[in-house]
Amino acid sequence: MSRPVLSVQNLQTAFRVGGQWRWAIEDLSFDVAPGETVAIVGESGSGKSVTALSIMRLVSAANGRIEGKIALEGRDLLALSEEEMRKVRGNDVAMIFQEPMTSLNPVLTVGYQICEALRYHRGLDKAAAEAEALRMLEKVRIPSAKTRFGNYPHQLSGGMRQRVMIATALACKPKLLIADEPTTALDVTIQAQILELIKTLQDEEGMSVLFITHDMGVVAEIADRVVVMWKGRKLEDAPAPQVFNTPVHGYTKALLAAVPRLGDMEGHGRPLRFPHIDPDNGEVRGKPVEAADTVKAEEAPLLEVSGLTTRFGIRGGLLGRLRGRVHAVENVSFTLQRGETLALVGESGCGKSTTGRSILRLIEPTAGTVRFEGRDVTGFGKGDLLNVRRDMQMIFQDPFASLNPRKSVGAAIAEPIVVHALAKGAEARERVAELMRRVGLSPAMGTRYPHEFSGGQRQRLAIARALALSPKLVVADEAVSALDVSVKAQVLNLMLDLQAEFGLAYLFISHDMAVVERVSHRVAVMYLGEIVELGTREAVFANPRHPYTRKLLSAVPVPDPARRSLRRELAIDEIPSPIRTLDWRAPAQALVEVAPGHFVRQAV
Amino acid sequence: MSASVHDAGQAAPPRLRWLAATIGAFNANKTSWVGLVIVVAVILAAVLAPIIAPHDPLEQNILSRLQPPHDDYYLGTDYFGRDILSRLLYGARISLVIGVASTVIALVLGSLIGILAGWYGGKFDVVVMQTMDILLAFPSLILGLILVAMLGPSMENITIAIALTSIPSFARIARAPTISVKERDYIEAGRALAFSDVRIMAGHILPNIFPEILVMGSLWLANAIRTEASLAFIGLGVKPPTATWGGMIREGFENILDSYWLVLAPSLAILIIVFALNILGDGLRDAIDPKLKGER
Repeated sequence: MSRPVLSVQNLQTAFRVGGQWRWAIEDLSFDVAPGETVAIVGESGSGKSVTALSIMRLVSAANGRIEGKIALEGRDLLALSEEEMRKVRGNDVAMIFQEPMTSLNPVLTVGYQICEALRYHRGLDKAAAEAEALRMLEKVRIPSAKTRFGNYPHQLSGGMRQRVMIATALACKPKLLIADEPTTALDVTIQAQILELIKTLQDEEGMSVLFITHDMGVVAEIADRVVVMWKGRKLEDAPAPQVFNTPVHGYTKALLAAVPRLGDMEGHGRPLRFPHIDPDNGEVRGKPVEAADTVKAEEAPLLEVSGLTTRFGIRGGLLGRLRGRVHAVENVSFTLQRGETLALVGESGCGKSTTGRSILRLIEPTAGTVRFEGRDVTGFGKGDLLNVRRDMQMIFQDPFASLNPRKSVGAAIAEPIVVHALAKGAEARERVAELMRRVGLSPAMGTRYPHEFSGGQRQRLAIARALALSPKLVVADEAVSALDVSVKAQVLNLMLDLQAEFGLAYLFISHDMAVVERVSHRVAVMYLGEIVELGTREAVFANPRHPYTRKLLSAVPVPDPARRSLRRELAIDEIPSPIRTLDWRAPAQALVEVAPGHFVRQAV
Repeated sequence: MSASVHDAGQAAPPRLRWLAATIGAFNANKTSWVGLVIVVAVILAAVLAPIIAPHDPLEQNILSRLQPPHDDYYLGTDYFGRDILSRLLYGARISLVIGVASTVIALVLGSLIGILAGWYGGKFDVVVMQTMDILLAFPSLILGLILVAMLGPSMENITIAIALTSIPSFARIARAPTISVKERDYIEAGRALAFSDVRIMAGHILPNIFPEILVMGSLWLANAIRTEASLAFIGLGVKPPTATWGGMIREGFENILDSYWLVLAPSLAILIIVFALNILGDGLRDAIDPKLKGER
């Protein structure tokens, strides 16, 4: 093997936190060969992003300390002066980040920003830089690059922005590209396109890629070699197939077992619990168990949604006249039985969250009916609405935002109990303790404040608070999307247990097809505010009928390098916008039953 | 009810930690301590005025009028032979009482208006905030002048007038963070848990925006003290012979060329307290801001 492009030896990085030095990385060594893609995988706090910052020497000198050796083609980066290091950044090593909006300057055109990098690093004059920038935009397959050149970042979609970031990073033909979670903020179909683009560009340019991610599926899709990190240490460093097929360390096994895989569920009718795995030695305790049958199919449906439509007006012009409407939810109908999980899946902007909020009337729907236990919620006055909301609860995506930072968690869980006079005093305290125990937390933690808890714990607290009123329906809006894989598995297990215990019905809103396959009984696929396919989980996943469902499923990265999909064509399409003119009429389509219980939107 | 909620959650909120963090941040900016010390000293001087004042502030002594500072009268005497130091000490009471009272009134009413406008939004918001903008367009001194002229110059009326002029600022300060906090999931969760609007506003929004309002309050206290002095200077203050800082400057103004001390002492007093309150407010803001970032 030729000399590695990047060789990291005994890297140690420490940060000063409150006067004390804490190690973020301990004794990390790995190599990146020319043209190779190395993925660093780990959960939050594993030190994977700090590794990237250490290589770029972007750790602040005042509060950070880097030790060890980082050699780029033999040159020790840690020995360079700040001036020399600046030449390395951008020229030899380039970096792209997770959030393309914040990494681009919003008041400068994208063309100008690429030109700036070219002029600074390669010393091109204005005309040459512009020509080169245009070439770069074409290289990252941005359609009609000439127009895009003069656009500002906010005029581009997330996927397009990430392409611009890649163009900027590649402007100086770096030998190494560091990609820190570059696709995490993107929708799954866009993610597939960006991964494909990185692979293609890597072939064209012959550069090495250091890919940092938490997503085992993405790793399998792109990596030649995998470095697994845990709490600042390297646990595993091996070729990708080896890591996936014969993981050595227990943690890796646990991580892999916690990842739901698309297609795992063949032959299972009901949701499947995740096995419990000890992260220290990787012992798998118990096989994945199929959840008990909780669906009360014979009863009348708990929730009947019919013709639900929610639109938002867009006003503009001098007089603030109505210019157009966002058709966020368009004629959505479905039913939900007691104890059943219906998943609403789709990409960002498809209206799945608005549907959930419209059912609870957190957003007022424009039209349609929502029948809960046979009564139409949309006509309710304030009093009735407050009453019915006790039976319908919601869990939110961001566990950091869903708890009031100024209330102790015990008080937060107790508040609904006391407000609705379900209990008071010692009885309420006992109820709070019981709820906290039920979601796997110690009641003694009740006096603490939300910022003292981890993401997974906060999500448990949010679940406990939602359960305080003993609801019948829980709308889980991306409830596990922000959590690490292993934590995600535990929270999903908890949700399945609670469903079995209390007969809860879940409206499970998610963009993650693999998770949906694992936990839901029925699935509704949403696209541009409409349900395009609705059916039992087996039917939708095994036999997708609508072209959008198929596209969505094929874009999901599979955590198995052997099944790495053959190079797909570099399709560049974007998710269309649900903003319509005032006189827009929906095309004549309806949900047609193609098999018992399996509906597909078709022209009629 | 909120007490029983805390009770049920076994929450003895660890406010001490909060205090320690605030003091720590306060320490990072030493000048804010200077502000705090001066403000505390002025408050003590005002409270203890009957004990520490060397003379009766109202006692006229024609024999010793317009005397420059010397051993008997540390800051000299005025046209009627009254001791300036004593008048200064008693004047601090008027300034502080009017300043604090008007700021508290403005803070409570302004925050209430701001939170309501931010929470309900829509037409209500537009109408309320436009009204506030109209009030804000008047220079506060002119508005205070009109109000005092209409109501008559008593201590209560001056307090009300100054409070009315600062309500719009508090409304604006409260409205902006209300709108951003309103979008947070925990507020949405509160609505899903069927909490009343009042409970969400008082129990969830207010605690989250209160630090910002408090900082504004300390800065506006300086403003209120200045406005009170200005009103007194143009003759719309608490009626003589009561000692007020603005009134002292007004009375000394005629003899300013011969007797500089008449104006110098009250002017410096106003300058020092306004300066101290401003740096205290800045210190408070610095102390509170990083904490908010960490928690949210």
